[in-house]
Amino acid sequence: MPSTFDSLRTSTSGIGSLTLFDSVYQEVLPVGEVKLSNVALAEILSLSAHLTRTALLGIHAARESVSNSGIDLKKWRTGLISATTVGGMDKTELFFKEFLQDQNKGRLRDVASHGCGKSTALIASDLGIKKYVSTINTACSSSTNAIALAARLISADILDVVVAGGTDALTKFTLNGFNSLMILDRQPCRPFDAHRNGLNLGEGAGFIVLVSDKVKKAEGLNLTSYVSGYANTSDAFHQTASSPEGRGSFSAMQKALSMSGLDPQDIDYINLHGTGTINNDLSEGTAITRLFSNRYPKLSSTKAFTGHTLGASGGIEAVFSLLAIDRHCIFPNLRFESAIPEIGITPQLSFETGLAVNHVMSNSFGFGGNCSSIIFSKDPR
Amino acid sequence: MKLYIHGMGAVSPQQNWTKDRVWLSQPRDYAGDLLSCVEPDYAQYIDAKYLRRMSRILKMGMAAGAMALHQAGVKIPDGIITGTGYGCLEDTEIFLRKMIELKEQALNPTPFIQSTHNTIGSQIALLLACQGYNQTYTQEGFSFESALLDSMMALNKDPDQILLTGGVDEITDASHKIQKRFGIFRKTSASSLDLFNSNAKGTLQGEGAFYFALSGKKGKETGASIHSVTTFYKPTEKELIAGIREFIRSASMELEELDLVLIGKCGDTHLDERTEQVSRRSFGSAPIGLFKHLSGEYPTASAFAMWLGSGIIQTQQIPAAVVDGINRPVRNVLIYNPYFSHYHSLILLCAC
Repeated sequence: MPSTFDSLRTSTSGIGSLTLFDSVYQEVLPVGEVKLSNVALAEILSLSAHLTRTALLGIHAARESVSNSGIDLKKWRTGLISATTVGGMDKTELFFKEFLQDQNKGRLRDVASHGCGKSTALIASDLGIKKYVSTINTACSSSTNAIALAARLISADILDVVVAGGTDALTKFTLNGFNSLMILDRQPCRPFDAHRNGLNLGEGAGFIVLVSDKVKKAEGLNLTSYVSGYANTSDAFHQTASSPEGRGSFSAMQKALSMSGLDPQDIDYINLHGTGTINNDLSEGTAITRLFSNRYPKLSSTKAFTGHTLGASGGIEAVFSLLAIDRHCIFPNLRFESAIPEIGITPQLSFETGLAVNHVMSNSFGFGGNCSSIIFSKDPR
Repeated sequence: MKLYIHGMGAVSPQQNWTKDRVWLSQPRDYAGDLLSCVEPDYAQYIDAKYLRRMSRILKMGMAAGAMALHQAGVKIPDGIITGTGYGCLEDTEIFLRKMIELKEQALNPTPFIQSTHNTIGSQIALLLACQGYNQTYTQEGFSFESALLDSMMALNKDPDQILLTGGVDEITDASHKIQKRFGIFRKTSASSLDLFNSNAKGTLQGEGAFYFALSGKKGKETGASIHSVTTFYKPTEKELIAGIREFIRSASMELEELDLVLIGKCGDTHLDERTEQVSRRSFGSAPIGLFKHLSGEYPTASAFAMWLGSGIIQTQQIPAAVVDGINRPVRNVLIYNPYFSHYHSLILLCAC
């Protein structure tokens, strides 16, 4: 996290050439890789490098979130909710190549952790969590939904502490999938720009630790942020495209606001879904102009730094949102030049600090029209 | 708080959508190494123009969803919550295969789009124009239980809602072959109905699609409700037995009040030994019923058990293939479902 924050602060983008696997698109499609090989990750974590990359990234981020929280998980009814869309696909791809030649071939070790739930099980084992373990896969909104579920399980008094977020490794499967949809930019992506031309895929993991009031008091925690509202709605328009007016995203943001009891003008910063595709940014931007009229808050898509990390994006961007509150700052929307004419939104252009950031909204929208919005606040509501 | 079951839809290895014969009186028997679904005429449930592009799991899920809503007399639910352990395997495999065969060139995006786990729930939302809550869980043997727990929390907050909650999993040729190589399924079997009498290693793989229209308010249709649900992840035997006891106690129920316990024995001698040991120490003399010889083993098999248990409460017909000789009204059905060794769950069903 410290190095990630440093990159955000210094406007250093993580988008670059593909190095993790061989692909005909190696020099063609830029991606946002975590700059550590599986071997390097495994060494840092003292784990086997045979684990799936999704699990390694997830364990790294989940451990960091727990260690930053300073909470002894074993003392409480603790749950883990992780989100992932590819699961162990990075290894399955290797297996499948041999399996296609001969169904008795392919190393079983490489397919044993294919299932999305397996990566969560590996993280749970690593953290020693048994009380509640679940995985959400609602495509790109998955980890925002994981964090909202965590808040619900705590407020229903089913759990005291929840480690929630998501993890997704970059894979050939997703790279080719998004490429077949023709929504990958061959240049570093330009979210919310008039001339944007698609997204870059990224990878990573982001987890946060949520606790009940009881845990906060008992552990004497000095918390800086609270979940104050969230919503998950369905655009019900198209399997992969968003409705032009952004009805799903509008209603997700509106419902999250209404749950938090906040007015649109109370929001200090929106961490946009902002993938950089023609469709998403116009749809999301339209929904924002409808909801906030002309007085939209400071906003930016951090996907120009990270690429679109799919099931991990809600978790990673939750961490960014909390950093914004904690460190009184707002992150820039890199590579923005001119506003989308239909909506005229100009995002945050540079890293700015010394701001009172009390309420942050984070948006995540996914395939199937799943639209989720969550609001983090400096003080409890 | 209870969740009232207003409607149920099922596509399973047992034919169940016709009303012209006694329920499960002649269960289907399968020879070979798996139990696959008896599929309905999908055109009854899904517009033909959408059917063409849908994979089998999507059709199964959509049909089950439509059946549940139809029985509940609901056009559009307030939310759709799906559990799937395997996800949409067929489309995943197609895209992987094409990507390898065509060397990443000129790929058709449809299988990729439909490979995401939440395609089932979102396709239902799309065709119904349902703009409400939409969630998909995939935690192996807890996928359906996660969906139920979510439904329970949501209906606790707002009991007037109707949620469409389900468990859906498919077998594909490739995934079946791969899983068999792990040695968890039998090589072959003469009769699936004989699953528990053959003293063998491994179980038989199954599949199924189930949706339930659930509400916090009572409905007329099924007369069954879900009292509570819980999960135990990687428990020791001692933790499991204590957990089951605590679950029954917090439901304010005596063992004598359990009219039927549906146990997810799977036919694998070793796994079933532990299941029997736990059952003996947990359920007293309550009548025990089995179901995995009808459903096969798969991550959301507990949805089959919930459909079965609710059907028994609703019809008061107890299929002989499930349990013999209960001569009292069945009001309370407890489902104890182990999924291999790590996943154990309990669902308590009650007559309304």
